[in-house]
Amino acid sequence: MPMPRLEVESMLRDAFPDADIHLEDLAGDNDHYKVTVVSSAFLGKTRVQQHQMVYQALLGKMGSDLHALALKTEIRPQN
Amino acid sequence: MHSIHDQIHADVTTHSVVLYMKGTSQVPQCGFSAVIVQILNTLNAPFKDVNVLADADIRQGIKDYSNWPTIPQLYVKGEFIGGCDIVREMYQAGELKKLLVEKGVV
Repeated sequence: MPMPRLEVESMLRDAFPDADIHLEDLAGDNDHYKVTVVSSAFLGKTRVQQHQMVYQALLGKMGSDLHALALKTEIRPQN
Repeated sequence: MHSIHDQIHADVTTHSVVLYMKGTSQVPQCGFSAVIVQILNTLNAPFKDVNVLADADIRQGIKDYSNWPTIPQLYVKGEFIGGCDIVREMYQAGELKKLLVEKGVV
C-alpha cells in the first residue's frame, strides 16, 4: 500500500527536526522513494544504526506500506 | 531447542559471508538482491546465498534478527553489514573490500 509523499516527509521531519530531507518519488507511484537525510542525530552512529533510526521514524511502515526506500544518511557537521 | 533465530545465528556464524536475498545467486529475483550479488562477485568474495522466497519463516525471521525491515541483508563473520544501499555505498568507497580483506574473506 503506497504512502503519500507528504506523510513520509512529515514522519521524517518529526523524528529529525534539524535535518535536511530530500525525498524523490522514483516511479511516480508513491511507493518507490529515494530519500536523503542529513542530520546531526547521526553523529557517532554506524551506517546500519543511522538507517535503523530512519526506519524507526517511519514506524514500521517500511517493508509493509512502503515497498522501496532507497536511503542515504549523512551526518551534519556540528557548528 | 531449535528456533528460527538459532538457525539464522548458526548460518551467519558458520559461513564467512551470507547473503539473505530474493532468489538465488544464479537467478536473483529482485534488483536490490542482484546488486549485492554482483558486487560480491566483482570482489571475488565467496558467499552463501539464502533465498528468503523459499522460506517464509526465514523471510520474517531475518528481519527480526537484525531489526532491519528489508531484504537483501549481508552478513560477514556473523555481523550484519547492511542492505543494498549501505553495501553499494561501502563498495564505492572501497570500504567493503577493505572489510573483506580484514576479515580474511578475500
